[in-house]
Amino acid sequence: MQRIGVFVCHCGTNIAGTVDVAAVSESLGKEQGVVFSTHYQYMCSQAGQDIIKNAIAEYKLTGIVVCSCSPRMHETTFRKTAAAAGINPYMVEIANIREQCSWVHKDTISGTEKAIILGKAAVAKVNLNAPLTPGETPVTKRALVIGGGIAGIQTALDIADAGFPVDIVEKKPTIGGKMAQLDKTFPTLDCAACILTPKMVDVAQNDKIRIFSYSEVTSVKGFVGNFDVTIKRKARYVKEDVCTGCGACTEKCPQKKVPNEFNLGMDNRRAIYIPFAQAVPKVATIDPDYCMMLKTGKCGVCSKVCTAGAIDYKAKDEYVEEKYGAIVVATGFNPISMDKFDEFAYSQSKDVITSLEFERLTNAAGPTQGKLLRPSDGEHPHTIVFVQCVGSRCDSCSEKGKEYCSKICCMYTAKHAMLTRDKYPDTDVYVFYIDVRTPGKNFDEFYRRAVEEYGVHYIKGMVGKVSPEGKKLMVQASDLIAGKQLHIEADLVVLAAAIEPDKSARPLATMLTASMDTNDFFTEAHPKLRPVESPTAGVFLSGACQGPKDIPETVSQAGAAAAKVIGLLCKDKLTGNPCVAHSDEMMCNGCSTCEKVCPYGAITYVDKEFRMPDRTTRVRRVAQVNEAVCQGCGCCTVACPSGAMDLKGFAGKQIMAEVDAICR
Amino acid sequence: MADMERKREQILRISGVNPRKCMRCGKCTATCPSYDEMEYHPHEFVYMVETGEIEPLLKSESLYKCLSCMACVERCPRGVEPGKLVEAIRLVAVREKGGDRITANDIPALLDDEMPQQAIVTAFRKYQK
Ligand SMILES: Cc1cc2nc3c(=O)[nH]c(=O)nc-3n(C[C@H](O)[C@H](O)[C@H](O)COP(=O)(O)OP(=O)(O)OC[C@H]3O[C@@H](n4cnc5c(N)ncnc54)[C@H](O)[C@@H]3O)c2cc1C
Ligand code: SF4
Ligand code: SF4
Ligand code: SF4
Ligand code: SF4
Repeated sequence: MQRIGVFVCHCGTNIAGTVDVAAVSESLGKEQGVVFSTHYQYMCSQAGQDIIKNAIAEYKLTGIVVCSCSPRMHETTFRKTAAAAGINPYMVEIANIREQCSWVHKDTISGTEKAIILGKAAVAKVNLNAPLTPGETPVTKRALVIGGGIAGIQTALDIADAGFPVDIVEKKPTIGGKMAQLDKTFPTLDCAACILTPKMVDVAQNDKIRIFSYSEVTSVKGFVGNFDVTIKRKARYVKEDVCTGCGACTEKCPQKKVPNEFNLGMDNRRAIYIPFAQAVPKVATIDPDYCMMLKTGKCGVCSKVCTAGAIDYKAKDEYVEEKYGAIVVATGFNPISMDKFDEFAYSQSKDVITSLEFERLTNAAGPTQGKLLRPSDGEHPHTIVFVQCVGSRCDSCSEKGKEYCSKICCMYTAKHAMLTRDKYPDTDVYVFYIDVRTPGKNFDEFYRRAVEEYGVHYIKGMVGKVSPEGKKLMVQASDLIAGKQLHIEADLVVLAAAIEPDKSARPLATMLTASMDTNDFFTEAHPKLRPVESPTAGVFLSGACQGPKDIPETVSQAGAAAAKVIGLLCKDKLTGNPCVAHSDEMMCNGCSTCEKVCPYGAITYVDKEFRMPDRTTRVRRVAQVNEAVCQGCGCCTVACPSGAMDLKGFAGKQIMAEVDAICR
Repeated sequence: MADMERKREQILRISGVNPRKCMRCGKCTATCPSYDEMEYHPHEFVYMVETGEIEPLLKSESLYKCLSCMACVERCPRGVEPGKLVEAIRLVAVREKGGDRITANDIPALLDDEMPQQAIVTAFRKYQK
């Protein structure tokens, strides 16, 4: 027989505003096994926890029910309280009367009624709870970072700095991400390459960091502290450890007409290429879609010019298997496609470009060596129109755009406008905006400088239509402050395209069992208090894969994610979850059903001797659960046809007792 | 006043438009081919219906200058559909007058060779009850 204490929390007015907490406490006091029941303003506070501890001593409690917020929030808190007062932490149950009750009900009567019912269910369960002791699992002291943009680079450097080995998996031939494509960076206007490439070199030279470039994660198994990951190293047809990066092959390859993705297709590269001069690793890669040797067996020029003998046309994809204790996702973002925005004539005119293309056009290492020239005819543009919010802030039903604000485009458009006016004072620069959003340190000052010092024309209104006419782009727009429709003859139109997560993020999230929002940004464990952890233990988030971010924010988050990883890898052992599956050997008939449904591979079978009632021995095949591997998901318990599998802490009879209490 | 509120409700019901969704970007007005002819422009229609200034809209010639091209409906990033609002107000105004703005007999005199057929069809739709 349990001696149960019930503690009802007001959560300020969060709960008490809609739920009559005194009535809940009184009613639950009459439930079977309950010997003490009370309510208090903030149960999670020190004073609230002391109430629980004192009651445990005074009433010799053996079980606790806390009616409060979601167990996600404070289950751990109250389990610790119980443990400190000498009760097994698994004798604590939480009835969620906030998220599931006061926040969703408007009137006190139904709110209170439901709170009582939820409380009764929790009491019914505690009556059947038994003390549980968690096991321990070892931690593999190595981290995996997926994505080698500035986010992944910073996270890897910080983890390596603490002495732990880190692997970066980057799907492109080089690390660097979008930042490597940028020219100068707001708000200080330092050149992206000057601050990024030294970090890339640090990564290459750090003996704790391995880079798997041109590689992808293809499978993830296991759990926090013990992930088993398969990495596919795509064939690059150049031996990474032999290639010296001299670039001789990239000059001699006769296949010259390959669109250069690093410059967003604004110029061409060869079939064998090094994305840019500061690439890390600085190793050539053959593009199998264009290499004539790989396609037709005729050519082989690169292998003849390569004095190091690095070319290997017979290379195959390779798979590497590795164990990790923690995984950081840093897969970043991409600008959305402009194909559906016919009104801006992006696909009709070469002189309508995206902001990322603008970065390449102004970058000294870009297709025009940094001279701002029109892509169509190489002439210097005199009138430039920037359009903000293209595809951002759309209606939720929009087929073209995204509902969110992309956050970085107001600032980079101010940067582009300012730099253009600075370098080419003879240009007229217009920026069409709905709002200018610049809430960052020194950000609004930066935008004001564009207007006040550089004379950029900021116009409140949107562009409705861009029509190419001869060499010009006719821009029809509204000026809402002047109450006018404007018609501007422009030479270049720059679209601040919305950004979205990388397309590979969704399948990766499935592999990691990490959750995503409807826009495919990774979800954090708590939007305020746990911003760099995913809800899946051992999986952390860094950079724009979690939401639109500029570089300062990305780098802060990258460091925070590294700190969390280091905190995990410092531990020698992790306390497991004792709520694991367990099979009743007398009932198990070894049918193998559970093994097939277990997503973690925790179930094996053994042949075991059983003494029969007639004193004979029989050997039977029975299921055994590896408690260190089982995550307590419960799949096997519902699949088992003989009802032999049960979950400790969530046994069938405990759940049924809860249901009975609710239906009583 | 109560009458205006009733008309506002009616306009919202006929059009199915929720003016509160507007973020005041002005893309509709930037798109509108009839801008120069109109006294009130699509974003102003949306704003004025939201704030309840229906009277001036019902009286405005702009109702008949809108081409019903629905470019604003197509382009609005927030799915507000201002063109539908203009249509609804026009319908309320025409009903109020108790008759068609023009009759079929008036049409031949108004035609010119360059007028696209689509305009004639929309004109019928616009000026009738
Ligand atoms: C036009 C433009 C201008 C900008 N200007 C500025 C500026 O001036 N100042 C500023 O602070 N910010 C600026 N930004 C924002 C800046 O680019 C981002 O903040 C930054 O790049 C985010 O870094 P990240 O590492 O999270 O993402 P990314 O840079 O996108 O890097 C992600 C990396 O992960 C790799 N990857 C993706 N999926 C996988 C996968 N499944 N497996 C392996 N690898 C994968 C990608 O190939 C990429 O290398 C600008 C952005 C744009 C578009
Ligand atoms: S073999 Fe392929 S990559 Fe090498 S030079 Fe010929 S086309 Fe270029
Ligand atoms: S950051 Fe500025 S330009 Fe980008 S979507 Fe938000 S408001 Fe629009
Ligand atoms: S439907 Fe009317 S208001 Fe809308 S763009 Fe066409 S002419 Fe202008
Ligand atoms: S386009 Fe849509 S959101 Fe923008 S002002 Fe017009 S009605 Fe409002």
